[in-house]
Amino acid sequence: MPPGGSNLIILDEDFKRINASLTRLNQEARGKAVFLIDKNGQLIASQGETAGLDTTSLASLTAGNIAATGGLAQILGEKEFSVLFHEGERDHLHISIVAQRVILVVIFDNRSSLGLVRLRVKKASEDLTRIFADILKKLEREAGKARALFTTQFAEITDEDIDNLFAKG
Amino acid sequence: MSFINYSAREINCKIVYYGPGLCGKTTNLQHIYKKVDPAAKGKLISLATETERTLFFDFMPLHLGEIRGFKVRLHLYTVPGQVFYDASRKLILKGADGIVFVADSQLERMESNIESLQNLEQNLGEQGLSLEKLPFVLQYNKRDLPNVVSVEDLQRALNSRTVPWYEATATTGVGVFETLKAIAKLVLQELKKKE
Ligand SMILES: Nc1nc2c(ncn2[C@@H]2O[C@H](COP(=O)(O)OP(=O)(O)OP(=O)(O)O)[C@@H](O)[C@H]2O)c(=O)[nH]1
Ligand SMILES: [Mg+2]
Repeated sequence: MPPGGSNLIILDEDFKRINASLTRLNQEARGKAVFLIDKNGQLIASQGETAGLDTTSLASLTAGNIAATGGLAQILGEKEFSVLFHEGERDHLHISIVAQRVILVVIFDNRSSLGLVRLRVKKASEDLTRIFADILKKLEREAGKARALFTTQFAEITDEDIDNLFAKG
Repeated sequence: MSFINYSAREINCKIVYYGPGLCGKTTNLQHIYKKVDPAAKGKLISLATETERTLFFDFMPLHLGEIRGFKVRLHLYTVPGQVFYDASRKLILKGADGIVFVADSQLERMESNIESLQNLEQNLGEQGLSLEKLPFVLQYNKRDLPNVVSVEDLQRALNSRTVPWYEATATTGVGVFETLKAIAKLVLQELKKKE
């Protein structure tokens, strides 16, 4: 992925594959919920018991956490710390980096175990890495097309449309 | 880097408030948070010291509404302005789609404003970005105080690029939404013409 300026665009079919992979992971790891977040803190997808959770804040804080740990890694001359584990009294967080660009979070409790989660995350990571490789390949190949589609849909936006957004907000 | 999800028809853009320590970045977000309809916003997260200085970042998601069937979301971040938090500033700056530079209008803060702007240019440069290429607006904050520099002098010192600028008093909200609207507009227009 070229640095800066390039948009991550996910099409319908890939989004479905991502969700299927997350669902499987959540079941096999006996997790409560799983999240996929981009390194800038935007939530890409989630599965499981997400209803009572503030997922947007979770995404932003996770990305901040990964960014800070990445900064620490650099100081120590490590490329990155690819796995973080936070243990709570009831719920635990397993955070890992997939394909160097997205963050996979699994929330689990004592019905599961760190060992099981770690194992299943490994498998899911391979799966997700393949999906993201496809997305990036497709983006490159179809960058023109995807962008054109977006541009035609977006090109008609006027200053008035944008003003209206604020009038309502 | 904006994130566009065709399936969910969502556009997410990241806007970063930058500027020297105590210039009023967090106050901008607090005012927006206070005024926006509860349905349109998420939590305001502040990772701050015990004295309420930003330690890592403030974050607030804002749902602007829909354009042409796409839900438009802004993710607003502030950086910690204190000089020694530079490593954190670099991290937060990553992937920004637009930047608001908040300047402190007080005479004694002019040097800090200039240093902070240079620091922003430097940090963007390290990521292969520049203020020429990014949506960028200026806010001259704290206009309510007695010892402020004239707008002409602020312009001369900080706005060599002649980007949109706004006078503000973030504590009472003056200029806060004008600034936000201006940067949101630029970011959305930029998306339109990207490549
Ligand atoms: N008089 C006046 N005070 C302001 C204004 N805006 C902010 N302040 C005050 O300035 C102080 C610092 O504001 P913050 O918003 O915390 O500053 P910041 O830029 O987030 O500072 P850091 O987090 O250290 O980078 C607070 O006491 C605010 O109430 C303004 O327009 N006028
Ligand atoms: Mg602050």
